[in-house]
Amino acid sequence: MFPKFSLRSMFHGAGGGNDIQWCFSQVKGAVDDDVAEADIISTVEFNHSGELLATGDKGGRVVIFQQEQENKIQSHSRGEYNVYSTFQSHEPEFDYLKSLEIEEKINKIRWLPQKNAAQFLLSTNDKTIKLWKISERDKRPEGYNLKEEDGRYRDPTTVTTLRVPVFRPMDLMVEASPRRIFANAHTYHINSISINSDYETYLSADDLRINLWHLEITDRSFNIVDIKPANMEELTEVITAAEFHPNSCNTFVYSSSKGTIRLCDMRASALCDRHSKLFEEPEDPSNRSFFSEIISSISDVKFSHSGRYMMTRDYLSVKIWDLNMENRPVETYQVHEYLRSKLCSLYENDCIFDKFECCWNGSDSVVMTGSYNNFFRMFDRNTKRDITLEASRENNKPRTVLKPRKVCASGKRKKDEISVDSLDFNKKILHTAWHPKENIIAVATTNNLYIFQDKVN
Amino acid sequence: MGWRPHPQSAKIRVKDTQEKEGILPERAEEAKLKAKYPSLGQKPGGSDFLMKRLQKGQKYFDSGDYNMAKAKMKNKQLPSAGPDKSLVTGDHIPTPQDLPQRKSSLVTSKLAGSVMDRMETYASGQVE
Repeated sequence: MFPKFSLRSMFHGAGGGNDIQWCFSQVKGAVDDDVAEADIISTVEFNHSGELLATGDKGGRVVIFQQEQENKIQSHSRGEYNVYSTFQSHEPEFDYLKSLEIEEKINKIRWLPQKNAAQFLLSTNDKTIKLWKISERDKRPEGYNLKEEDGRYRDPTTVTTLRVPVFRPMDLMVEASPRRIFANAHTYHINSISINSDYETYLSADDLRINLWHLEITDRSFNIVDIKPANMEELTEVITAAEFHPNSCNTFVYSSSKGTIRLCDMRASALCDRHSKLFEEPEDPSNRSFFSEIISSISDVKFSHSGRYMMTRDYLSVKIWDLNMENRPVETYQVHEYLRSKLCSLYENDCIFDKFECCWNGSDSVVMTGSYNNFFRMFDRNTKRDITLEASRENNKPRTVLKPRKVCASGKRKKDEISVDSLDFNKKILHTAWHPKENIIAVATTNNLYIFQDKVN
Repeated sequence: MGWRPHPQSAKIRVKDTQEKEGILPERAEEAKLKAKYPSLGQKPGGSDFLMKRLQKGQKYFDSGDYNMAKAKMKNKQLPSAGPDKSLVTGDHIPTPQDLPQRKSSLVTSKLAGSVMDRMETYASGQVE
């Protein structure tokens, strides 16, 4: 086997999560400890080029950051991310008919690939998906004959010569406008949206149903999965996440609260209630406890960029599945196994229901997920090494290399280790994102967004 | 051409042992939970959680009930909600006062920083 060399690996290190030295780059958000509910970050997503980074929060707002162009002369760091646009995506609503409060919290943001000068993204709350167009305006027409610059009309009798209006540069203005609103298709709460590789359709999934939409059509949507039982008393599992395959436009997967993943092929039938593949790791029935099902619930499912693998996140672990093998994952990584002996208190404080997300790096060689105490974990699939890092304002100087953290499960705590009982369970990292091409990561704590990069030279 | 165990099966056996050592803490935790809440359902996980999840956001306000109760009570105050506003017990009927005020967020996200931050950004921008 010849070792793979590429220009990228020469400049950015061998690509392993632990060969990389992660450095603090930026932190966004307020410093105060008193966090307003609206400021809780609920989703983070890079666009396809990595130039834009979007966040959504519980207050229904979207903030988009743009990477500055690299300074070619002093390339000791990559471009910084600065605010590009911010807008109110969703408002709180009350459904009077069902007596249901509809939160404005943004559950997911997904970017469309760029087709023209404008950028498009889908954002969703529990009930409504919106397509937003983000466009730049850096010129404006000047020199009208009948209008003054401030818009007042001129008296036509004072006009003695004619001129041709021209476009003159102006300060950059970034405008966000809702182009489509996809509403009234979900009885239950939307947990996922995923854009198809055909770039024309997308799916939205709630607890019991998955719908297929066309990006241009808002008054119609096709139901492709329906797991609602005829008798609700018989309900045993719900849909927790869904995603389209990155290359096959007919294939998608959905995960369940029972720890199973179903792969469906839309060519097989209009209603994909019967799966093409069922991914489930067999469990020894003698190991079963009250907590088994709860901790097996999958909180996130993500295909690898290659489309060959998919990753699932359950409460204690990250699993990598080969799409060709249904009976068990090919790799399992323990995120915080030390929590297994704390399940009782984690159940009492509801933390056991926390939904952690996971993500792949651009080359599918490293996976990342969050944990408690503002820790996040990375697993290198090639070297099998893992690392725990902390998102904290204490390591605030740019280009400061982050020190690996270690949790001591029991017994003697070494210096610099933190014991399980000292972990702050209110500081959870649920949302993380990895730049599609570079070693730049975005990590969301409760109300702050951290950006880390690998050390350049 | 002797028989060799499939490398995968060896891994499974090791995993079984590790899992058995793992379940002891989990079972201990289950025992702790059952001791605190003996009435906790027999079915593990199951329907209770799912129903709660599906009903997230449900707030009941029936204007008919509310107006009838107001007419009955006349001048007296309607019993108001306790600290846990989502729990409806006894004579208490959800009243408009109990429902949290829904205000749309007009405030810009703190992630977007202050105007000063943005001005600094433009000032120190790279030369194009």
